[in-house]
Formats: sequence, C-alpha cells, structure tokens
Amino acid sequence: MAEFEPRIVAFLCHWCTYTGADLAGTTRQQYPPNIRIIHLMCSGAVDSIYILKALIDGADGVLIGGCHPGDCHYQTGNYKARRRIAILKGILNQMGFTEDRIWLRWISASEGKLFADTVTQMVEELKKMGPNPMRTLWNA
Amino acid sequence: MAKQAVIKVSGKKINETVVQFLKLILEKGLVEALLIPRALPTGDGFVQTLIRNITNLNNVTIFSPTMPVQSARILSNLSIKNLNKKVAVVLKPCEIRGVIELTKFLQIKLENLYLIGIDCPGTFEVSDYANMVKEGKNWGELELELIKSMEKGDVFSPMGYHFRDACQMCEYPVAKADIMIKLFGYHVEDEIGIEIEDRLEVEFEKNGITLQEAGEPSYRKEVVNKIISQRTNKRDKVFKEFKERVKDLQSFLDLFSTCIRCHNCMVACPICYCKECVFRTAIFEHEGDQFLRWADRKGSIRMPTDTLIFHLIRMAHMVTSCVGCGLCESACPSHLPVTALFRTVGHKIQQMFQYVPGRDINEVPPVATFKEDELKIESGAL
Repeated sequence: MAEFEPRIVAFLCHWCTYTGADLAGTTRQQYPPNIRIIHLMCSGAVDSIYILKALIDGADGVLIGGCHPGDCHYQTGNYKARRRIAILKGILNQMGFTEDRIWLRWISASEGKLFADTVTQMVEELKKMGPNPMRTLWNA
Repeated sequence: MAKQAVIKVSGKKINETVVQFLKLILEKGLVEALLIPRALPTGDGFVQTLIRNITNLNNVTIFSPTMPVQSARILSNLSIKNLNKKVAVVLKPCEIRGVIELTKFLQIKLENLYLIGIDCPGTFEVSDYANMVKEGKNWGELELELIKSMEKGDVFSPMGYHFRDACQMCEYPVAKADIMIKLFGYHVEDEIGIEIEDRLEVEFEKNGITLQEAGEPSYRKEVVNKIISQRTNKRDKVFKEFKERVKDLQSFLDLFSTCIRCHNCMVACPICYCKECVFRTAIFEHEGDQFLRWADRKGSIRMPTDTLIFHLIRMAHMVTSCVGCGLCESACPSHLPVTALFRTVGHKIQQMFQYVPGRDINEVPPVATFKEDELKIESGAL
C-alpha cells in the first residue's frame, strides 16, 4: 500500500507568507507537494468557518500563515487571527479533538527557507497522525 | 456611593410591595414604561410585558418562576433604534449579564434603560411550571414558598420539580443593576433590600422618592456564598460528566446525533450577535450534486448536513461571552445537553482570557481585542 500522503490546505497572507512561499519557489527550496495554497490579503481575513470547512471536508491539516506579530500590513490583522485561532483550537481541544491539525505560523516574505521547513515538518507530523477521520465519518 | 435601603413589607404582600414601588417610579415620570413579567390569562405561565399605563400593572410579578425568553434579546429590539423615552426593566441576573454583553457588541443602547435586577433562586422550564399548575399548584402559594426559601438559601423543589439545569449550576444568583432588589438573607415577610446606583439616586431625590436607608443583614453574604458554592459544585460535576461523555469526535457526534438543525439554540441565545447568520445564507444552500459528491466520498451522509460545523462555529462566535442562561437547552426540541457543552467549553476559553461575561461593561470581549504579548507559538496554543 502506498504511504499516506496528507493534504494540507494553507491560507496565506498576501504580504508575508504567500510572498515567503513564492521565495521558497524562486530560491528552489525543496518541500513536499502536499500543500494547496489559498491566497488571502491577511491572516486576519481567515474566518474559523474556512478552517473547519476544510477539515470537515477532508483536509488532513490546515496551515494559516501570517506576518510576524508587529509586522502586519494592516497593523493588527494577525493579532486578531491569533485570538480567533486560539479560541477555535481551544474549543476543539475541549471537545476531545486533540490532534493538532491546525497550525498558525508567522513566516515573513524573506523567510522562504522557513516556509519550506514548516511545510516539511507539518507533513511529517500529519503522517504520524494518519488521515483525518472527518473525511470518512458519515455523520460529521 | 450606591444607596443601601429597605422596603417594609406588610401583610405578606411581598410582590405587591415592590410593584407599588415600581408604580411610584412610573407615576413620578422617572420612566415612561416598565418591562416586567406578567401572568398569562391562562394562569400557567408568564411573559415579559411592556407596560405604559399603570392600570395595567395587575398580575405582574418580579418573581417570575419561568424565563421563556432572554430579555437581553427583547432589550436589543427595544433599544437599538430610536428609543427616546426612559424604560425601566425587571431582569434576572443572567439577563442582565446578557444585556451587558450585547451592549458591548453595540446591540443594546443602555442610555434610556434602567435595569432593575432581582436576586434569582432559579427558574423552571416553562413546561414544568405549566404542569405544576395543572397538578393543582397555585401561584400565590408557590410564590410565597419560593421567596421564603431565599431567606436562608434553601434548595427549592416543589412537587419534585427542579429548577432548570442551567440555573442549578449558575454561580451568579445576584444581579448588578441600577436598582437591585435583594431577597437572599432578608426576612422577606418584614422587609426586602434595595440598592440604588448613583445615576438613579439623583433622579430619586429630584422626584421626592425617599427610601429608608439600612444596611444588609449580616448573614446575607453567608447565604449568597452558600448558594454560589452549591451551584459551583454542581457546575463542576456537570463539567466532569460532560468530559467523560465527550472524549473524542465520535462521542460528540453520537451525543449530537439527534440534532435536527432547527437553529433554535441560536434564536434563543442572547449572545449570538450576527445580524445575518451565515448558516441561513446561500453559502449553506448546497447544490444537489454537492450532496451526492459527499455521499460518494463517504458512502453515505447524514441528512440534514452541516450540524457539526453549525455547533462549532456558533461556539467560536459566542462561547467567550456565554452567560450560561441555558435558554439554548430550553429551546432545544431534541433535548441536547447544549448548556453543558457551552458552559464546559466556555469556562475554559473564558479562563484563557481571564474574561467573565457580564462582569463589567468596560471589559472588552476577547474576540474584539488582543494583546501584543500573548499566545506565543511555543506555548502550543496555536
């Protein structure tokens, strides 16, 4: 049987992490191709519903990438994203969804290497967890 | 400084005494209208009623044993567009806490509202109260027993009926309001406590309404603390039971398998603040082919769909401000333990931000603010 290949949906902010992902490509950093990137203007634009929808519809992991604290192009978008995601993860943890399938990471436009490393690490972790059970649960 | 006083009660007419006082406020023109629970003509329930004419003050009660709707919702409707006259409103503590939260979300305007809060022993399910009446209980009798039980903070369960689950685990039996009516620890057949906040005290003086100043009875604190600790114990027990029941995704789905996605919990919730709910928009009107694709991938799917995401997103929106009134559960036709869910999860999330919903009007809700130095990636919270 082929090895399990996790699918990651990534919501990346235009100004930092998306540009960082671009830099990873132009500098020929190697990272696993398990990621599908959705380009947003700001991590603050990521609604909890996007994250859950991706997970419930079968993504094995969700990565949210934004500017480092203090560097948000819109001043405070990433701080707001941080609270929103902490609340969402807190809710999921309380309900026993303890596996860590949601990652929020700060990756700047100049950190192409960090982007490649983050994706590599996330894919490794998700492989250990195995497929997202919501993908096949008929009543989720 | 708030003014601490008592109202003397004569002839065991406790409710009448307070209503007389409220009538005075209306007569003197301090307020133009009064929102207060009133008995239904059928005699088996109570509803909040907006009263303009003092001759309509018959059958009103400050001790309504039920809470069919959360008055924070009513006050949102009442105050948000052009309320230009003063209205006094009689509320239970959880309703006041809901009002404070909704004010923060700019959905209630407090400037023309005077909040009258009353010590709350708990409320019954609307259907339980109706059954009690059917079984021959008369309100006058029950009212007296209920109020008397509050003097010492005794557990009250007439004819084997209990207060709603949410009330049994509510740690906020005492309201903070412009006028606070106090019963815990008072010998109510003689007198009840009343506390007037500063902004009203001036109005009272201007209109010649005088009150007999008197401190609280020494054992009031003790009684209130006893009730709070009883209910906190109950709450912790519910938290523990819920966590034993909901261990993982599958056990949660099992517990919520009877959800019919009616959205009643959302309609009843005083905190659910979105003006247009995403679950009632075209986003969740899927195409027929979409359902088939889901069913294709999973073999079969539960219908209606989107119950899990509904509960999770609703929680992500309201759980930081959940006041624990439990009306979601009272409104649930499938009797799902939503109070236990929202209280258990809410408690943890509120602790994360040291936030207590309804505690202070000047505290910003966690979803509406942030600190620069918090929630580090290394902490594992992200």
